[in-house]
Amino acid sequence: MSDRSLILTANIAEADDFYADLLDAHDGLTKPESDALNARLLLILANQIGDREILTQAIKAAKPHGKPHD
Amino acid sequence: MTKIFETPIYPFVRHADHDAPAPARHKVLVVGAGPVGLAAAIDLAQQGIEVVVLDENDKVSFGSRAICFAKRPLEILDRLGCAQAMVEKGELWNVGKVFFKDRQVYEFNLLPEKGHRRPAFINLQQYYFEKHLVDRIQELQDQGAEIEIRGRNKVSAVGTHDDHVTLEIDTPEGSYNLEGDWVIACDGANSPMRAMLGKDFVGRVFEDNFLIADVVMEAEFPSERWFWFDPPFNPGQSALLHKQPDGVWRIDLQLGWDIDKEREKRPENVIPRLKQMLGEDVEFELEWVSIYTFQCRRMEKFRHGRVIFAGDAAHQVSPFGARGANSGIQDIDNLGWKLKLVLDGKAPESLLDSYDIERIHGADENILNSSRSTDFITPKSEMSRILRDAVLDLAETHEFARPLVNSGRLSVPCTYDDSPLNSADALDGPERTRPGAPCPDAPLGDGFLLDQLGHRFTLLTFNADAPDEITEDGVTVTRLALSDADDPTRALRQRYLGKCKSAVYLIRPDQHVAARRPTWDEHQFRAAIRRATGKE
Ligand SMILES: Cc1cc2nc3c(=O)[nH]c(=O)nc-3n(C[C@H](O)[C@H](O)[C@H](O)COP(=O)(O)OP(=O)(O)OC[C@H]3O[C@@H](n4cnc5c(N)ncnc54)[C@H](O)[C@@H]3O)c2cc1C
Repeated sequence: MSDRSLILTANIAEADDFYADLLDAHDGLTKPESDALNARLLLILANQIGDREILTQAIKAAKPHGKPHD
Repeated sequence: MTKIFETPIYPFVRHADHDAPAPARHKVLVVGAGPVGLAAAIDLAQQGIEVVVLDENDKVSFGSRAICFAKRPLEILDRLGCAQAMVEKGELWNVGKVFFKDRQVYEFNLLPEKGHRRPAFINLQQYYFEKHLVDRIQELQDQGAEIEIRGRNKVSAVGTHDDHVTLEIDTPEGSYNLEGDWVIACDGANSPMRAMLGKDFVGRVFEDNFLIADVVMEAEFPSERWFWFDPPFNPGQSALLHKQPDGVWRIDLQLGWDIDKEREKRPENVIPRLKQMLGEDVEFELEWVSIYTFQCRRMEKFRHGRVIFAGDAAHQVSPFGARGANSGIQDIDNLGWKLKLVLDGKAPESLLDSYDIERIHGADENILNSSRSTDFITPKSEMSRILRDAVLDLAETHEFARPLVNSGRLSVPCTYDDSPLNSADALDGPERTRPGAPCPDAPLGDGFLLDQLGHRFTLLTFNADAPDEITEDGVTVTRLALSDADDPTRALRQRYLGKCKSAVYLIRPDQHVAARRPTWDEHQFRAAIRRATGKE
């Protein structure tokens, strides 16, 4: 086990507020605009994490269960 | 006006070998007079090895192909005695700009570091590049070197033996046979040599077409590399603009997969596209138009007994990153000195297996980089396009996204990490000069460090004692002694010493580091020389 590991327990304070902000950001956007927003957000967050090991674990954790190559 | 690539420069001449009662035997036969074959012949001839180059053609590369030549190949060409003319003729550039849709998002400078003789890149038409190599061959011939190019000599069959190779050659006056102790196959991506030996060439085909147009114009664009993603003049696709000598500009337009190539190439279809890009009122003349597709692939092994593959015949990459001819020149740099030691009986034949290991490492790195660039430039799925566009959008305002922009990772030499010729790193020195690395240049006296390295093994000492010359099992190593006094710019210290007080480097004839230690140690360096020549 690496000492750097992905946090998969609750870690966001005021989770409901965060979630509402996330939905608000998409309010009124078309599907392509929303997709683009998600992509930008993903890249900004990934840069914030920076740590390649954690990013690898995160990609793995995000993959659908039971799919090959996870 | 006749173009340089339409003029025969090594016309067919019937050679005495043609009428010999038995096939004439040569030391080395090089198949193909492209950039790689020509460079191979020069490297061997400079070392006193007799060499014959065979080409089915009698001209330099037809039309427009490679244009970007990188710093490391130029340093190698310095060693081969022809970089200066190329750099004088070429367009120098260091700056690249990236545009997304109608705006610039990013700019980079390839060589912010001072103290190198050669720039990051020059642009030079491939036909000029080859012409300079042919001129150099002429010069070597005038000096009495045993080197020749036989034009319109097409290799049509090959026979392999334990200690030589036989080639059958078709000429305008019939066929004849030749034997070579060694054959270097530099016959390009469609390599007939590879096909005749039944060897594989596996990899990935990219489903895309690119139109290249060379135009002559009086334009104010600077000498920079400009790359567009999804520009208004080529929506949904990419475009690239480069300056070449003689007021010629290279324009690359991505066309996509389902197109009618013949239609797209017609001037009445090309010119409106270019006008849209360059502006309605820019006057230009079309010099060359072609459409290419590309693949990334390599042979499983480059050495097959006494036939050694190099350049596009051995590996092929997409043009993004300019890694084709550039890496082929590095193949030759790696091969030349090894073949010389083997021919002289100073190293075992197995030394040549390290060519395979080291250059396959290089080819894999090039294929990986150019495949990734292609995946960024031509997204394979809707989501990869969304992510790509997000990177470009963010790059305009946020520095963090710029390293993710991939319009081609431009050719840099690879470090032969894990090569069997390396000795374990025994110096706590800079990463960039670890064993396997190509030596970085630095100012030295009136010239540069790399002028003093290469052709032979060198013991490079900084603030350290060592013998001026040692010979280990036939291989002689000469010392280049430097100290802080030779280093007013501190570039040598920064690149070779780091925090260390002293250092001793063993440098190979191709200017790669074989071993390094803080001080001279006879036992260790003798072992390092043996290892670097395939004897351990
Ligand atoms: C559009 C485009 C842009 C490119 N841009 C760049 C760039 O900017 N920088 C870069 O480094 N690379 C670039 N490349 C790649 C570069 O052109 C090649 O990597 C390079 O030409 C390979 O050199 P080579 O000597 O291995 O093979 P080639 O140049 O293909 O030469 C092979 C030679 O073998 C000869 N031959 C073939 N069959 C036989 C036979 N049976 N008998 C005798 N002779 C034979 C041919 O006549 C030819 O002269 C580009 C390529 C393209 C298409």
